[in-house]
Amino acid sequence: MSQRAIDWWVGIFVLLGVAALAVLALRVGNLSGFAYGNGYVLHADFNNVGSLKDRSPVKLGGVTIGEVTHIGMNPQTFRAEVTMRIEPRIKLPIDTGASIYTQGLLGEQYVAIQPGGMLQNLKPGATITLTQGAVNIDQLIGQMVFDKASGSSSGTTTH
Amino acid sequence: MSDFFVPRLGHVVWETVPRLGAATRLLLGGLSAVGNRHFSFRQWLREVYGLGVLSLALMIVAALFTGMVLGFQGYYALVRFGATSALGTLIALSLLRELGPVLTALLFAGRAGSALTAEIGSMKATEQLAAMEMMAVNPLAWVVAPRLWGGIFAVPILCVIFDLVGIFGGYLVSVPVLGVDGGTFWAQMQSNVTLSGDILNGLLKALCFGLVVTWIAVWQGFSAKPTAEGVGAATTRSVVMASLTVLGLDFILTALLF
Repeated sequence: MSQRAIDWWVGIFVLLGVAALAVLALRVGNLSGFAYGNGYVLHADFNNVGSLKDRSPVKLGGVTIGEVTHIGMNPQTFRAEVTMRIEPRIKLPIDTGASIYTQGLLGEQYVAIQPGGMLQNLKPGATITLTQGAVNIDQLIGQMVFDKASGSSSGTTTH
Repeated sequence: MSDFFVPRLGHVVWETVPRLGAATRLLLGGLSAVGNRHFSFRQWLREVYGLGVLSLALMIVAALFTGMVLGFQGYYALVRFGATSALGTLIALSLLRELGPVLTALLFAGRAGSALTAEIGSMKATEQLAAMEMMAVNPLAWVVAPRLWGGIFAVPILCVIFDLVGIFGGYLVSVPVLGVDGGTFWAQMQSNVTLSGDILNGLLKALCFGLVVTWIAVWQGFSAKPTAEGVGAATTRSVVMASLTVLGLDFILTALLF
Protein backbone atom coordinates (compact mmCIF):
# COMPACT_ATOMS: atom_id res chain seq x y z
CA MET A 1 0.00 0.00 0.00
CA SER A 2 1.61 3.24 -1.05
CA GLN A 3 1.69 6.17 1.33
CA ARG A 4 -0.44 8.21 -1.03
CA ALA A 5 -3.20 5.62 -1.06
CA ILE A 6 -3.11 5.52 2.74
CA ASP A 7 -3.34 9.32 2.87
CA TRP A 8 -6.38 9.14 0.65
CA TRP A 9 -8.10 6.46 2.67
CA VAL A 10 -7.46 8.18 5.99
CA GLY A 11 -8.73 11.43 4.50
CA ILE A 12 -11.91 9.72 3.34
CA PHE A 13 -12.27 8.07 6.76
CA VAL A 14 -12.01 11.41 8.57
CA LEU A 15 -14.44 13.07 6.15
CA LEU A 16 -16.91 10.22 6.67
CA GLY A 17 -16.67 10.76 10.41
CA VAL A 18 -17.20 14.49 10.12
CA ALA A 19 -20.13 14.00 7.76
CA ALA A 20 -21.72 11.43 10.07
CA LEU A 21 -21.31 13.79 13.02
CA ALA A 22 -22.88 16.61 11.01
CA VAL A 23 -25.92 14.49 10.21
CA LEU A 24 -26.21 13.37 13.83
CA ALA A 25 -25.79 16.94 15.03
CA LEU A 26 -28.73 18.00 12.94
CA ARG A 27 -30.45 15.59 15.32
CA VAL A 28 -30.54 12.76 12.87
CA GLY A 29 -33.31 14.82 11.32
CA ASN A 30 -33.51 16.20 7.85
CA LEU A 31 -33.23 12.79 6.17
CA SER A 32 -36.92 12.30 5.50
CA GLY A 33 -37.51 15.97 4.76
CA PHE A 34 -37.48 15.04 1.10
CA ALA A 35 -40.52 12.81 1.46
CA TYR A 36 -43.05 15.60 0.75
CA GLY A 37 -40.56 17.95 -0.90
CA ASN A 38 -42.66 18.18 -4.05
CA GLY A 39 -45.92 18.52 -2.14
CA TYR A 40 -48.04 21.68 -2.09
CA VAL A 41 -48.42 23.99 0.88
CA LEU A 42 -51.61 24.53 2.89
CA HIS A 43 -52.13 26.68 5.96
CA ALA A 44 -54.54 26.26 8.85
CA ASP A 45 -55.19 28.50 11.87
CA PHE A 46 -55.86 26.85 15.20
CA ASN A 47 -56.63 28.38 18.57
CA ASN A 48 -54.46 25.73 20.23
CA VAL A 49 -51.89 23.42 18.62
CA GLY A 50 -51.09 21.48 21.79
CA SER A 51 -47.77 19.70 21.41
CA LEU A 52 -47.83 19.57 17.60
CA LYS A 53 -44.31 19.88 16.19
CA ASP A 54 -42.56 20.47 12.90
CA ARG A 55 -42.65 17.21 10.89
CA SER A 56 -45.73 15.91 12.68
CA PRO A 57 -47.84 13.87 10.26
CA VAL A 58 -50.91 15.13 8.42
CA LYS A 59 -53.44 12.34 8.02
CA LEU A 60 -56.56 11.76 6.00
CA GLY A 61 -58.62 8.77 7.09
CA GLY A 62 -55.63 7.50 9.08
CA VAL A 63 -53.29 7.57 6.08
CA THR A 64 -50.37 9.98 6.19
CA ILE A 65 -50.64 12.40 3.28
CA GLY A 66 -48.21 15.10 4.37
CA GLU A 67 -46.35 16.69 7.22
CA VAL A 68 -46.27 19.90 9.24
CA THR A 69 -43.45 22.13 8.03
CA HIS A 70 -43.88 25.20 10.22
CA ILE A 71 -45.81 26.38 13.25
CA GLY A 72 -46.06 30.11 13.90
CA MET A 73 -48.18 32.69 15.67
CA ASN A 74 -50.31 35.22 13.86
CA PRO A 75 -49.77 38.48 15.79
CA GLN A 76 -53.08 39.98 14.61
CA THR A 77 -55.45 37.15 15.44
CA PHE A 78 -53.41 35.48 18.21
CA ARG A 79 -54.04 32.13 16.59
CA ALA A 80 -51.41 29.49 15.79
CA GLU A 81 -50.65 29.20 12.08
CA VAL A 82 -49.73 25.71 10.95
CA THR A 83 -48.11 25.25 7.56
CA MET A 84 -48.31 21.80 5.99
CA ARG A 85 -46.99 20.09 2.92
CA ILE A 86 -49.46 17.74 1.24
CA GLU A 87 -48.85 15.06 -1.39
CA PRO A 88 -49.55 16.60 -4.79
CA ARG A 89 -51.96 13.88 -5.93
CA ILE A 90 -54.31 14.56 -2.96
CA LYS A 91 -56.61 17.43 -4.00
CA LEU A 92 -58.76 18.69 -1.13
CA PRO A 93 -62.12 20.50 -1.54
CA ILE A 94 -62.34 24.08 -0.25
CA ASP A 95 -64.66 23.16 2.64
CA THR A 96 -62.08 20.77 4.08
CA GLY A 97 -61.63 20.82 7.85
CA ALA A 98 -58.55 20.23 9.97
CA SER A 99 -58.32 19.02 13.57
CA ILE A 100 -55.48 18.17 15.91
CA TYR A 101 -55.76 14.73 17.47
CA THR A 102 -53.49 12.51 19.55
CA GLN A 103 -52.27 9.06 18.52
CA GLY A 104 -53.28 6.76 21.34
CA LEU A 105 -53.51 8.05 24.87
CA LEU A 106 -49.98 9.37 25.25
CA GLY A 107 -48.84 9.46 21.64
CA GLU A 108 -47.70 12.15 19.27
CA GLN A 109 -50.18 14.74 18.03
CA TYR A 110 -51.07 14.99 14.37
CA VAL A 111 -53.27 16.99 12.03
CA ALA A 112 -56.36 15.11 10.85
CA ILE A 113 -57.95 16.32 7.61
CA GLN A 114 -61.70 15.93 7.05
CA PRO A 115 -62.40 16.42 3.34
CA GLY A 116 -65.48 18.39 2.38
CA GLY A 117 -67.86 17.93 -0.53
CA MET A 118 -67.43 21.04 -2.65
CA LEU A 119 -66.33 20.68 -6.27
CA GLN A 120 -63.69 23.42 -6.06
CA ASN A 121 -60.32 22.40 -4.64
CA LEU A 122 -58.02 24.24 -2.27
CA LYS A 123 -55.23 25.92 -4.21
CA PRO A 124 -51.59 25.62 -3.07
CA GLY A 125 -50.98 28.19 -0.35
CA ALA A 126 -54.66 28.39 0.65
CA THR A 127 -55.81 28.43 4.26
CA ILE A 128 -58.16 25.88 5.81
CA THR A 129 -60.70 27.80 7.86
CA LEU A 130 -62.73 25.00 9.45
CA THR A 131 -60.39 24.01 12.25
CA GLN A 132 -60.55 22.41 15.65
CA GLY A 133 -57.54 22.80 17.93
CA ALA A 134 -55.94 20.32 20.24
CA VAL A 135 -57.94 19.17 23.23
CA ASN A 136 -56.28 20.17 26.46
CA ILE A 137 -56.63 17.27 28.88
CA ASP A 138 -55.87 19.41 31.94
CA GLN A 139 -58.63 21.80 30.94
CA LEU A 140 -61.07 18.91 30.39
CA ILE A 141 -60.32 17.39 33.77
CA GLY A 142 -60.57 20.79 35.45
CA GLN A 143 -63.88 21.42 33.78
CA MET A 144 -65.19 18.01 34.79
CA VAL A 145 -64.16 18.54 38.41
CA PHE A 146 -65.70 21.99 38.37
CA ASP A 147 -68.94 20.65 36.89
CA LYS A 148 -69.11 17.90 39.49
CA ALA A 149 -68.55 20.36 42.30
CA SER A 150 -71.00 22.97 41.10
CA GLY A 151 -73.44 20.37 39.76
CA SER A 152 -74.41 19.32 43.30
CA SER A 153 -75.51 22.87 44.18
CA SER A 154 -77.07 24.28 41.00
CA GLY A 155 -76.86 21.49 38.42
CA THR A 156 -76.99 23.94 35.53
CA THR A 157 -73.38 24.96 35.02
CA THR A 158 -72.20 24.00 31.57
CA HIS A 159 -69.33 25.25 29.46
CA MET B 1 -6.58 -22.29 54.63
CA SER B 2 -4.85 -19.04 55.44
CA ASP B 3 -1.52 -20.76 54.84
CA PHE B 4 -2.67 -21.20 51.27
CA PHE B 5 -4.55 -17.97 50.53
CA VAL B 6 -2.49 -15.30 52.25
CA PRO B 7 0.74 -16.04 50.36
CA ARG B 8 -1.31 -16.35 47.18
CA LEU B 9 -2.86 -12.94 47.75
CA GLY B 10 0.55 -11.49 48.52
CA HIS B 11 1.92 -13.01 45.36
CA VAL B 12 -0.89 -11.58 43.23
CA VAL B 13 -0.46 -8.08 44.70
CA TRP B 14 3.31 -8.37 44.37
CA GLU B 15 2.93 -9.23 40.67
CA THR B 16 0.00 -7.01 39.68
CA VAL B 17 0.86 -3.64 41.15
CA PRO B 18 4.27 -3.29 39.46
CA ARG B 19 2.71 -4.49 36.20
CA LEU B 20 0.08 -1.77 36.47
CA GLY B 21 2.82 0.74 37.12
CA ALA B 22 4.80 -0.42 34.11
CA ALA B 23 1.67 -0.32 31.93
CA THR B 24 0.99 3.25 33.07
CA ARG B 25 4.58 4.20 32.29
CA LEU B 26 4.10 2.74 28.81
CA LEU B 27 0.86 4.70 28.34
CA LEU B 28 2.19 8.05 29.51
CA GLY B 29 5.51 7.53 27.72
CA GLY B 30 3.70 6.59 24.51
CA LEU B 31 1.23 9.47 24.65
CA SER B 32 3.93 12.05 25.36
CA ALA B 33 6.34 10.67 22.76
CA VAL B 34 4.57 12.67 20.04
CA GLY B 35 7.23 15.37 20.31
CA ASN B 36 10.05 12.84 20.06
CA ARG B 37 12.11 12.98 16.85
CA HIS B 38 11.41 9.29 16.21
CA PHE B 39 7.66 9.86 16.13
CA SER B 40 6.55 9.63 12.53
CA PHE B 41 3.36 11.25 11.35
CA ARG B 42 3.29 8.86 8.40
CA GLN B 43 3.41 5.90 10.74
CA TRP B 44 0.47 7.39 12.60
CA LEU B 45 -1.49 7.71 9.33
CA ARG B 46 -0.61 4.09 8.57
CA GLU B 47 -2.04 3.06 11.94
CA VAL B 48 -5.22 5.10 11.45
CA TYR B 49 -5.58 3.24 8.16
CA GLY B 50 -4.92 -0.18 9.67
CA LEU B 51 -6.99 0.31 12.81
CA GLY B 52 -9.74 2.57 11.50
CA VAL B 53 -10.29 2.34 7.77
CA LEU B 54 -9.90 -1.44 7.63
CA SER B 55 -12.43 -1.85 10.50
CA LEU B 56 -15.01 0.25 8.68
CA ALA B 57 -16.69 -2.59 6.77
CA LEU B 58 -17.11 -4.65 9.94
CA MET B 59 -18.55 -1.67 11.83
CA ILE B 60 -21.03 -0.81 9.09
CA VAL B 61 -22.38 -4.36 8.83
CA ALA B 62 -22.57 -4.74 12.63
CA ALA B 63 -24.27 -1.35 13.00
CA LEU B 64 -26.83 -2.03 10.31
CA PHE B 65 -27.93 -5.28 11.93
CA THR B 66 -27.86 -3.82 15.45
CA GLY B 67 -30.13 -0.99 14.33
CA MET B 68 -32.50 -3.34 12.52
CA VAL B 69 -32.81 -5.65 15.54
CA LEU B 70 -33.41 -2.64 17.79
CA GLY B 71 -36.18 -1.58 15.43
CA PHE B 72 -37.91 -4.97 15.61
CA GLN B 73 -37.55 -5.49 19.35
CA GLY B 74 -38.44 -1.90 20.21
CA TYR B 75 -41.51 -2.10 18.01
CA TYR B 76 -42.83 -5.27 19.68
CA ALA B 77 -42.28 -3.77 23.12
CA LEU B 78 -43.86 -0.41 22.29
CA VAL B 79 -46.79 -1.56 20.16
CA ARG B 80 -48.54 -2.99 23.24
CA PHE B 81 -48.81 0.52 24.65
CA GLY B 82 -49.62 2.17 21.35
CA ALA B 83 -46.38 4.09 21.77
CA THR B 84 -44.64 3.17 18.51
CA SER B 85 -44.19 6.88 17.88
CA ALA B 86 -41.36 6.70 20.44
CA LEU B 87 -39.49 4.07 18.39
CA GLY B 88 -37.16 6.60 16.75
CA THR B 89 -36.19 8.01 20.12
CA LEU B 90 -35.63 4.54 21.54
CA ILE B 91 -33.35 3.49 18.68
CA ALA B 92 -31.40 6.75 18.59
CA LEU B 93 -30.82 6.98 22.33
CA SER B 94 -29.87 3.30 22.70
CA LEU B 95 -27.32 3.63 19.92
CA LEU B 96 -25.90 7.04 20.76
CA ARG B 97 -25.56 6.48 24.48
CA GLU B 98 -24.69 2.79 24.88
CA LEU B 99 -24.62 0.43 21.95
CA GLY B 100 -22.63 2.63 19.60
CA PRO B 101 -19.61 3.26 21.84
CA VAL B 102 -19.65 -0.17 23.53
CA LEU B 103 -20.12 -2.32 20.43
CA THR B 104 -17.61 -0.23 18.50
CA ALA B 105 -15.06 -0.74 21.27
CA LEU B 106 -15.74 -4.49 21.56
CA LEU B 107 -15.47 -5.02 17.82
CA PHE B 108 -12.40 -2.82 17.73
CA ALA B 109 -10.79 -4.92 20.46
CA GLY B 110 -11.46 -8.07 18.44
CA ARG B 111 -10.58 -6.72 15.03
CA ALA B 112 -7.75 -4.26 15.70
CA GLY B 113 -6.63 -4.75 19.31
CA SER B 114 -5.78 -8.41 18.77
CA ALA B 115 -3.74 -7.53 15.68
CA LEU B 116 -1.85 -4.85 17.61
CA THR B 117 -0.95 -7.28 20.37
CA ALA B 118 0.15 -9.97 17.93
CA GLU B 119 2.19 -7.48 15.93
CA ILE B 120 4.06 -6.03 18.90
CA GLY B 121 4.37 -9.46 20.50
CA SER B 122 6.08 -10.84 17.41
CA MET B 123 8.29 -7.77 17.23
CA LYS B 124 9.36 -8.64 20.73
CA ALA B 125 9.73 -12.38 19.99
CA THR B 126 11.94 -11.63 16.99
CA GLU B 127 13.90 -9.11 19.05
CA GLN B 128 13.02 -6.17 16.85
CA LEU B 129 12.25 -4.02 19.88
CA ALA B 130 15.66 -4.81 21.37
CA ALA B 131 17.26 -4.01 18.02
CA MET B 132 15.55 -0.61 18.00
CA GLU B 133 16.96 0.22 21.40
CA MET B 134 20.38 -0.88 20.21
CA MET B 135 20.07 1.61 17.35
CA ALA B 136 19.01 4.31 19.81
CA VAL B 137 15.50 4.42 18.31
CA ASN B 138 12.95 4.96 21.05
CA PRO B 139 10.31 2.19 20.69
CA LEU B 140 7.87 4.35 22.64
CA ALA B 141 8.02 6.95 19.88
CA TRP B 142 8.43 4.62 16.92
CA VAL B 143 6.04 1.79 17.88
CA VAL B 144 3.78 2.80 20.76
CA ALA B 145 2.88 6.45 20.12
CA PRO B 146 1.49 6.06 16.57
CA ARG B 147 -0.60 3.06 17.63
CA LEU B 148 -1.98 4.69 20.78
CA TRP B 149 -2.84 7.92 19.01
CA GLY B 150 -4.16 6.00 16.02
CA GLY B 151 -6.56 4.05 18.23
CA ILE B 152 -7.68 7.14 20.16
CA PHE B 153 -8.32 8.91 16.88
CA ALA B 154 -10.00 6.04 15.02
CA VAL B 155 -12.50 4.76 17.60
CA PRO B 156 -14.63 7.95 17.95
CA ILE B 157 -14.86 8.22 14.17
CA LEU B 158 -15.86 4.56 13.92
CA CYS B 159 -18.40 5.21 16.67
CA VAL B 160 -20.02 8.17 14.86
CA ILE B 161 -20.33 6.07 11.73
CA PHE B 162 -21.69 3.16 13.78
CA ASP B 163 -24.33 5.44 15.33
CA LEU B 164 -25.45 6.85 12.03
CA VAL B 165 -25.59 3.51 10.19
CA GLY B 166 -27.38 1.93 13.16
CA ILE B 167 -30.05 4.62 13.19
CA PHE B 168 -30.45 4.18 9.46
CA GLY B 169 -30.84 0.41 9.99
CA GLY B 170 -33.48 1.08 12.62
CA TYR B 171 -35.26 3.40 10.20
CA LEU B 172 -35.18 0.74 7.47
CA VAL B 173 -37.03 -1.72 9.69
CA SER B 174 -39.36 0.72 11.45
CA VAL B 175 -40.71 2.81 8.64
CA PRO B 176 -40.85 0.75 5.43
CA VAL B 177 -41.26 -2.71 7.05
CA LEU B 178 -43.23 -2.16 10.27
CA GLY B 179 -45.16 0.86 9.07
CA VAL B 180 -44.25 3.39 11.76
CA ASP B 181 -44.91 6.89 10.49
CA GLY B 182 -41.69 8.32 9.04
CA GLY B 183 -42.34 11.91 10.05
CA THR B 184 -43.09 10.91 13.63
CA PHE B 185 -40.02 8.67 13.70
CA TRP B 186 -37.67 11.55 12.91
CA ALA B 187 -39.64 14.26 14.72
CA GLN B 188 -39.69 12.37 18.02
CA MET B 189 -36.00 11.59 17.61
CA GLN B 190 -35.18 15.22 16.91
CA SER B 191 -37.07 16.52 19.89
CA ASN B 192 -35.54 14.02 22.33
CA VAL B 193 -31.91 13.72 21.23
CA THR B 194 -29.55 16.49 22.28
CA LEU B 195 -26.16 17.24 20.78
CA SER B 196 -24.17 17.69 23.99
CA GLY B 197 -26.13 15.37 26.24
CA ASP B 198 -26.38 12.34 23.99
CA ILE B 199 -24.20 12.60 20.90
CA LEU B 200 -21.07 14.19 22.37
CA ASN B 201 -21.22 12.21 25.62
CA GLY B 202 -21.40 9.04 23.54
CA LEU B 203 -18.33 10.15 21.62
CA LEU B 204 -16.50 10.96 24.84
CA LYS B 205 -17.18 7.37 25.88
CA ALA B 206 -15.84 6.13 22.56
CA LEU B 207 -12.70 8.23 23.07
CA CYS B 208 -12.10 6.65 26.49
CA PHE B 209 -12.74 3.17 25.10
CA GLY B 210 -10.35 3.80 22.21
CA LEU B 211 -7.64 4.80 24.65
CA VAL B 212 -8.24 1.84 26.96
CA VAL B 213 -8.50 -0.83 24.26
CA THR B 214 -5.39 0.37 22.44
CA TRP B 215 -3.48 0.73 25.69
CA ILE B 216 -4.31 -2.82 26.78
CA ALA B 217 -3.46 -4.19 23.34
CA VAL B 218 -0.10 -2.43 23.17
CA TRP B 219 0.75 -3.33 26.76
CA GLN B 220 -0.11 -7.00 26.27
CA GLY B 221 2.11 -7.05 23.18
CA PHE B 222 4.96 -5.45 25.09
CA SER B 223 4.69 -7.75 28.08
CA ALA B 224 4.15 -10.95 26.05
CA LYS B 225 6.50 -13.86 26.58
CA PRO B 226 8.81 -13.78 23.54
CA THR B 227 7.67 -17.16 22.24
CA ALA B 228 4.97 -18.30 19.81
CA GLU B 229 2.76 -19.49 22.68
CA GLY B 230 3.46 -16.30 24.60
CA VAL B 231 2.27 -14.14 21.72
CA GLY B 232 -0.84 -16.29 21.28
CA ALA B 233 -1.71 -16.11 24.97
CA ALA B 234 -1.09 -12.35 25.01
CA THR B 235 -3.44 -11.87 22.07
CA THR B 236 -6.19 -13.79 23.86
CA ARG B 237 -5.60 -11.86 27.07
CA SER B 238 -5.66 -8.59 25.18
CA VAL B 239 -9.14 -9.23 23.73
CA VAL B 240 -10.58 -10.61 26.99
CA MET B 241 -9.16 -7.86 29.17
CA ALA B 242 -10.08 -5.09 26.75
CA SER B 243 -13.68 -6.35 26.43
CA LEU B 244 -14.19 -6.68 30.18
CA THR B 245 -12.58 -3.31 30.84
CA VAL B 246 -14.80 -1.65 28.25
CA LEU B 247 -17.93 -3.10 29.85
CA GLY B 248 -16.86 -2.11 33.36
CA LEU B 249 -15.71 1.33 32.32
CA ASP B 250 -18.99 1.84 30.48
CA PHE B 251 -20.86 1.43 33.74
CA ILE B 252 -18.69 4.03 35.46
CA LEU B 253 -18.85 6.48 32.58
CA THR B 254 -22.62 6.13 32.31
CA ALA B 255 -22.96 6.88 36.03
CA LEU B 256 -20.73 9.92 35.62
CA LEU B 257 -21.96 11.35 32.33
CA PHE B 258 -25.70 10.84 32.22
